[in-house]
Amino acid sequence: MDLFEYQARDLFAKHGVPVLAGEVIDTPEAAREATQRLGGKSVVKAQVKVGGRGKAGGVKLATSEDDAVEKAGQILGMDIKGHTVHKVMIAETAPEIAEEYYVSYLLDRTNRTFLAMASVAGGMDIEEVAATRPEELAKVPVDANEGVTIEKAREIVAQAKFPADVAEQVAEVMVTLWKTFVAEDALLVEVNPLAKVASGAVIALDGKVSLDENAEFRQPEHEALEDKDAANPLEAAAKAKGLNYVKLDGEVGIIGNGAGLVMSTLDVVAYAGENHNNVKPANFLDIGGGASAEVMANGLEIILGDPDVKSVFVNVFGGITACDEVANGIVQALELLKSKGEDVNKPLVVRLDGNNAELGREILSKANHPLVQRVDTMDGAADKAAELAAK
Amino acid sequence: MAIFLTKESKVIVQGMTGATGMKHTKLMLGDGTNIVGGVNPRKAGEKVDFDGTEVPVFGSVAEAIEKTGADVSVIFVPPKFAKSAVVEAIDAEIGLAVVITEGIAVHDSAAFWAYAGSKGNKTRIIGPNCPGLITPGQSNAGIIPGDITKPGRIGLVSKSGTLTYQMMYELRDIGFSSAVGIGGDPVIGTTHIDALAAFEADPETDLIVMIGEIGGDAEERAADFIKANVSKPVVGYVAGFTAPEGKTMGHAGAIVSGSSGTAQAKQEALEAAGVKVGKTPSETARLAREILVG
Repeated sequence: MDLFEYQARDLFAKHGVPVLAGEVIDTPEAAREATQRLGGKSVVKAQVKVGGRGKAGGVKLATSEDDAVEKAGQILGMDIKGHTVHKVMIAETAPEIAEEYYVSYLLDRTNRTFLAMASVAGGMDIEEVAATRPEELAKVPVDANEGVTIEKAREIVAQAKFPADVAEQVAEVMVTLWKTFVAEDALLVEVNPLAKVASGAVIALDGKVSLDENAEFRQPEHEALEDKDAANPLEAAAKAKGLNYVKLDGEVGIIGNGAGLVMSTLDVVAYAGENHNNVKPANFLDIGGGASAEVMANGLEIILGDPDVKSVFVNVFGGITACDEVANGIVQALELLKSKGEDVNKPLVVRLDGNNAELGREILSKANHPLVQRVDTMDGAADKAAELAAK
Repeated sequence: MAIFLTKESKVIVQGMTGATGMKHTKLMLGDGTNIVGGVNPRKAGEKVDFDGTEVPVFGSVAEAIEKTGADVSVIFVPPKFAKSAVVEAIDAEIGLAVVITEGIAVHDSAAFWAYAGSKGNKTRIIGPNCPGLITPGQSNAGIIPGDITKPGRIGLVSKSGTLTYQMMYELRDIGFSSAVGIGGDPVIGTTHIDALAAFEADPETDLIVMIGEIGGDAEERAADFIKANVSKPVVGYVAGFTAPEGKTMGHAGAIVSGSSGTAQAKQEALEAAGVKVGKTPSETARLAREILVG
């Protein structure tokens, strides 16, 4: 889960990374008091989870309370690369900036370790620095069990060749930033720029944090950081039911068991769609290994509630859960939805394979549901579902 | 001969007395797995009856090894306690730890992986978030259904559980030497490369099927490895061509970030290494079949 800048700033402050004062607001008028609290001047910063907001006009200096209200009014509602601005941060104006640096910690999947990255070439896109001037970006592996002590932090700072006058301050930032990374179960903590201001102090002016959703069991406060306004309503409804669902932009609703099989199903449906008016998968939905009637009903309810869906492809491989149980689940799910008054009116193509496939297919044939069609291969079923969606 | 797991393997189950552990221990026993014990400090000394097979419960992995000579542990412990379970297995120097648990925080996986390294990698870790591995007709360590296929000469390594089952099913008449589900998390123990190396060295494997998915660069690195080190034919499949950027597709590690981790890049890397890559699971099975039986 990626956070907004103001949320990252709050976490940095909580763990001792030096930041400027700031607060988040969602109406222009609220900028007045916030700016007043900062002494009559502020920076109005659009809160969007995409880079390049400065260039897009999403960051503006306000020289008075009135000016802040006006600037906030200009920025709120702005569209930045497809992201609508719903919130702005009213931040303390930065003292004169002398230099801009870059520091981060992230998960290095390739080497299965954590990585510290640091550069004196901050304030710009770090991927560009990495690509064009790799010698200016220090990358130092961090052992998950040893962590970052002040000694380790000094090593990172030395490798990145920070100037002597800020080296110790940056090392201290590296220690507090590591604390943020570990204590919050983050996948990424990034400060860009980390600025040296006229007084010589080093301050985090902007940052990014991405959190590990698998750690929610020990991070009860993270749920409140979710951007519930931005979530697609179908995704939010699926999440509330404990379903693993991602909304896509096609017409064929997909239900399957197992993440890999469902990803594969999306691909196979997209290929089939090439012969049927270019229809595409409408969603990713993994109902997991159990595939009970209740879970199946929950999944179907979400998918049938998607107005983009024209047909549904249920693709199940019976592993531990046998196909006869899955078939019963589908039949019961349809009855359950009907009894709840749901309008079940889209064709379902069902492919069952694996453990007890024959029994499962027989159950579906016997039930003879007018909307359910059985196709016994994955490719064939994908083709049928695409054909039905193209009608 | 198979890889990592044979009928000689003595298997213990960490988390055996929980609901999932009980269910799968019973299934593993049914597949002929030599399960010599379970681990649960609160139930040490008890015995659990599985349809007439009595399995003793030990207080620790170390005790189980001492009393039974166990060399494989299958871990079904919930995410919250998984790190300490894996660390315990590493401390006891068991040869193979198969971590089935889904939903382990990445800071925990990174910690136990670093810990295994600091202890000299005496314990091979498979997973987490994986279905385990099976050597059909000999032993099953995890949750892969034991009755999909028979012993044979195909080696399979996959990030995904259900695609493992699907592929075993498509090629069930030919059979498998071993099938290894390495898991879909961002940090895993055994990689595609480790399994490829083991299958290359296994005289009873004639062809390797490798299944990957979006996220990370494991498939690209496996392609480099194949080019340099694998003489046996390799057939590949990659899932997630239609996955949008920035969305996690079920598996914690299955995410395209910016332009990296795409299925397209993985397919191209594998094909450049001489791997035949199927567009769908059934086409992949067909490619493997053509090579093996013409």
